[in-house]
Amino acid sequence: MIELKNICKTYDSDGVKTEALLNVSFNINAGEFVAITGPSGSGKSTLMHILGALDNPTAGEYILNGKNVQNMNEDELAELRNKEIGFIFQSYNLLPRMSSLKNVLLPMMYAGIPKKQRLETAHKVLDEVGLTDKINNAPNQLSGGQKQRVAIARALSMSPSILLADEPTGNLPTKQSDEIIKIFENLNKKGNTVLVITHNDDIAKKAKRIINIVDGKILSDTKNETK
Amino acid sequence: MKLNEIFEESIAVLTTNKMRTLLSILGIVIGIGSVIALMTLGEASQSSVKQQIQSLGSNILTIRPGAQQQGFVRTSNSDNTSLKYADAEEIKTSQRIDTVNDVAVDYTSRGQIIYDKNNMNVQIYGITDNYLSLRNIKLDYGENISLQDRDIYNKVIVLGAGVVEELFGTEENPIGKFVRISGASFKVIGVTTSKGSTGFGGGSLDESVYVPLETAQKVMFGISHVSTIYVTAKNEEVMDAALNQIGFLLLERHGLATPEEADFSIQSQEDILETVSEITGTFTTLLTGIAAISLVVGGIGIMNIMLVTVTERTTEIGLRKALGAKRKTIVTQFLVEAIILTFTGGLIGILLGIGTSIIITKLMNLPATLSLSSIGLSVVMSSLVGIVFGWYPAQKASKLEPIVALRYE
Repeated sequence: MIELKNICKTYDSDGVKTEALLNVSFNINAGEFVAITGPSGSGKSTLMHILGALDNPTAGEYILNGKNVQNMNEDELAELRNKEIGFIFQSYNLLPRMSSLKNVLLPMMYAGIPKKQRLETAHKVLDEVGLTDKINNAPNQLSGGQKQRVAIARALSMSPSILLADEPTGNLPTKQSDEIIKIFENLNKKGNTVLVITHNDDIAKKAKRIINIVDGKILSDTKNETK
Repeated sequence: MKLNEIFEESIAVLTTNKMRTLLSILGIVIGIGSVIALMTLGEASQSSVKQQIQSLGSNILTIRPGAQQQGFVRTSNSDNTSLKYADAEEIKTSQRIDTVNDVAVDYTSRGQIIYDKNNMNVQIYGITDNYLSLRNIKLDYGENISLQDRDIYNKVIVLGAGVVEELFGTEENPIGKFVRISGASFKVIGVTTSKGSTGFGGGSLDESVYVPLETAQKVMFGISHVSTIYVTAKNEEVMDAALNQIGFLLLERHGLATPEEADFSIQSQEDILETVSEITGTFTTLLTGIAAISLVVGGIGIMNIMLVTVTERTTEIGLRKALGAKRKTIVTQFLVEAIILTFTGGLIGILLGIGTSIIITKLMNLPATLSLSSIGLSVVMSSLVGIVFGWYPAQKASKLEPIVALRYE
């Protein structure tokens, strides 16, 4: 489903070149649960941005569902992010003025899905993350874990090919963190492809495959034997 | 994303920060308000002047000494003593003129009028006995100047309402009292009704006094010419015929061969109306232009606020893009927000403008007209200001790179 071939990313600030990624290649198939781990500054966030079509690699090829992402124009990229990728951010990134329901509705609005169908889907995904009773609450009335669950529901709303989570438990206390990990596990069991970037060993342990990145290079790519 | 959904979102955004929204549209409110108020006021005073001129009757011709005017410029500097009372007599009695109903004459000059310790500078009209009724100036009380007064050079005077107020106050009855003009004593016999202000023109009719024509010519000023001859045609249809008959009669009397040499000019009410409309129209345009400048300033205010908003909401824009918003959607959202701002400002401004013009027309005694064209123009203008000044901030928002925007703190 995802093919990365020799992806390189070089940042150039004031003539100083920083190699964030160097010849990174791997494939991810549908239904996988992958954890990308590595120390800070190892390039794993850059990798996530490239996978999410938020950023372009300096060199290499990124093929998603048979389509070459490099050749897409801005509108095609927007559509790709909308339909194929479900983002989950460390800081949730919910729109503060809107209720959980409206936040979940947003990607479907951009996709132009009819109102009735939108509402049905939104209720279904919010139910899936266990927030049926919080649909009308604004983000400031929710705990961190609940906010992240809204974000997961939002990511699920368009039934994307892949869920991309960037340190999803980074801001959460252990108990809420465990709930989120549980949700990811269940989603994967239902057939969703999940890719998590994390420091958190607990999540990594639940993943079926762990890719370890150091200094922009893949150090190891191993199957999790315990799973 | 459909336009109505974008609209709903924009409303939600704008209502979360009501104070800022209100302040940012203030410039537009004031701009549109002043445009409406000034346009309405201009139209009101224009129609007031028109009304006053038309109330004099549309069948009046005015004859003045001096050559024909072209626009506002006199083409030659001929003397202004060319018209005599005999000219008026001839117009009225000549067998060759069958289109004229009545003829009235005045000689006007400015002078100082004194009563007791009060004095005032006024327009003095030496008039024929039919003058006031022909010019539609009504007496509030007292008597008109009579033929006998003229025959015996009687020193009687009819005062304008403003003059009475200035000299006698509101308590004293001026009838039978004596006022002085350049040393001579005049007995007050009548007072004209107040005509009110004419808006841009000022209320000169109320600050006028009337004496018998012959008294003015022989006793006061020692001249033999007249300033104006007013002629009423039998009806509106014969105005052109009357103008020609009078014109050729006067040319002949003055020993002139062609109309180009004329030492007098004849104007119909319509000509005067046109000139006055032109002047008040220019005033209105000028004032509205100044008001429009404040609209531009208001637009810049909106642009400023929208730019601040774009910076404030950088993360939000990044997120929206990450969730699949296309550039066009972002542009539309910010443009719609700007247009809602200016349009709402425009609506409030229209109400404010209408309110202000109602108050001012009441205070200035003008007819309260509502300028529909100015309201239509304001609606279009305010939306246009939104599009013009919302464009740049919207473009700026749409061009944000999602990854940069998401990282923005």
